[in-house]
Amino acid sequence: MASDHNPVAVERAEWKKRQMKERMKQLLTVSSPIFMLLLWEVLSRTAVLDPRFFPPPTAILETFWNLAASGELLTHIGVSLYRIFGGFLLGVIPGVIIGLLMGLYSPIRHFVQPIVMAIMPIPTLALLPIIIILFGIGDLSKVVTIAGSVFFPVVINTAAGVMNIDPIHMDLAKNYGADSKDYFLKIAFPGALPVMLEGIQMGQAIALLTIVAAEMMGSVSGIGFLIWTSYKAFLLQEMYVGLILISFFGYLFSLLLRGLQRKILRWR
Amino acid sequence: MKEDVKIRIRNLTKVFYQKGESVTALDNVTLDILDGEFVCLVGPSGCGKTTLLRILADLEQPSAGGYEIATEKEDRPLQSMVFQERGVIPWLTVRDNVAFGLEMRKLPKKVVKERTDYYLEKTGLMAFADRFPKELSGGMKQRVGIARAFANDPEILLMDEPFAALDEQNKFILQEELLQIWAETRKTVLFITHSIDEALLLSDRILLMSAQPGRISEEIRVAAPRPRAMEAIRADPDIAEQFVRVLKHLQDEVQRSRG
Ligand SMILES: Nc1ncnc2c1ncn2[C@@H]1O[C@H](COP(=O)(O)OP(=O)(O)OP(=O)(O)O)[C@@H](O)[C@H]1O
Ligand SMILES: [Mg+2]
Repeated sequence: MASDHNPVAVERAEWKKRQMKERMKQLLTVSSPIFMLLLWEVLSRTAVLDPRFFPPPTAILETFWNLAASGELLTHIGVSLYRIFGGFLLGVIPGVIIGLLMGLYSPIRHFVQPIVMAIMPIPTLALLPIIIILFGIGDLSKVVTIAGSVFFPVVINTAAGVMNIDPIHMDLAKNYGADSKDYFLKIAFPGALPVMLEGIQMGQAIALLTIVAAEMMGSVSGIGFLIWTSYKAFLLQEMYVGLILISFFGYLFSLLLRGLQRKILRWR
Repeated sequence: MKEDVKIRIRNLTKVFYQKGESVTALDNVTLDILDGEFVCLVGPSGCGKTTLLRILADLEQPSAGGYEIATEKEDRPLQSMVFQERGVIPWLTVRDNVAFGLEMRKLPKKVVKERTDYYLEKTGLMAFADRFPKELSGGMKQRVGIARAFANDPEILLMDEPFAALDEQNKFILQEELLQIWAETRKTVLFITHSIDEALLLSDRILLMSAQPGRISEEIRVAAPRPRAMEAIRADPDIAEQFVRVLKHLQDEVQRSRG
């Protein structure tokens, strides 16, 4: 029996153990990408992985510096980011508005839902040739392509967010005499936000998936263009620079959105 | 007590009709509730208690018959409902929750703040005013619902099992708090409960409902003096007798609806 021990000391020791465990977990999270890169480096250098297809990360880094120094890389990044943001906003804003209308007014929902459901399965990329004919090979066609892909998860999640509001909150609003403006501002919009933000998060991921593909076809700049031309010229190190940039921005954006989400949804 | 009728319900009938089947939730209910009276509605599950309350709350329309709520002041809302715990809006702070009705009525900021502060103080929520409901215990959340309804200063208050989800200790505390606030305002209250103890503690009058179709089949006057405390109520032999009467009624109704 340990009954002669000071109970606070016992619990403090327990707490320290838990802290250690937490720190271990953080360490694992941080070290996993480093471990991946190290493994890749070793396997590539020892030619277990064919270095022609999988050049070692250090070589990719070197290529990155060279491309960055020439200023070429920055142009590509700038162009792509511009298209991503433009397309993202052009998809999210109508997605939120139409989603809210669908959630709030059932006639609108019944009319719009079949249209959304029917168009959603068509990959926007499959329409790229038509989009290029209509909007040219400049930024606009990329922006439209991304917007088209981002729109769907946002509209569906926004409508679902409104529909998922506990009916007791609607009863409450009615019982306490909320007019439609107050109902929207105090109940419908904030109540729909959590699910809506999930949709926006999804839209962000889709925007990055789409930009690469959209820039591979009918484009003269951007990260996707860099990836595609490097691939065609078998400059795989350059191609990997492009891929890693996409991965980096994807990670960065989802961190930013998560942070924003936590801030907005403090009440959760 | 003033003997004016506050809620006058006449031949109120509610039928729910769905897919060719109809359920008569309320059958020809006629009832007067006096000004300042605290009335509890007790009856077997599914007998139409919530339906009656929702009709008075204007959340449901009667199929036939009607009701009238006497108005004393023009600018007062007719009724406010105390919902169950889930009725607290999670994305509004405690203060905004309590102020909800006043805000909806677009009262001047000063009035909103005064009344909100008063009931935050009364319900012991002041320290939590700027927190979100997720940080509150179940009992605290229920206080938010009560403060919101009283702050709105309606002609009548409607409560549908507000304490059903609370543990017994919290229930006792909140029941007594409710009685204190009520004693100050002497609002007319219609309160639904499944707890006979609760009904005996709170009510001037208990209405017993029969199972489908829902009717008011009996009423019991609770004469115990106010202010009331649970200990006194529990020790009162008249109350003990009334407890058994309500219990028997409920058992008979359940038997009847099964048989
Ligand atoms: N919206 C509805 N549509 C169809 N039937 C309904 C509806 N609301 C209530 N009912 C039916 O009306 C009857 C009365 O329901 P109500 O909710 O008023 O009962 P209750 O007395 O409050 O029961 P409980 O004690 O379980 O809360 C029940 O048979 C119920 O199934
Ligand atoms: Mg009920």
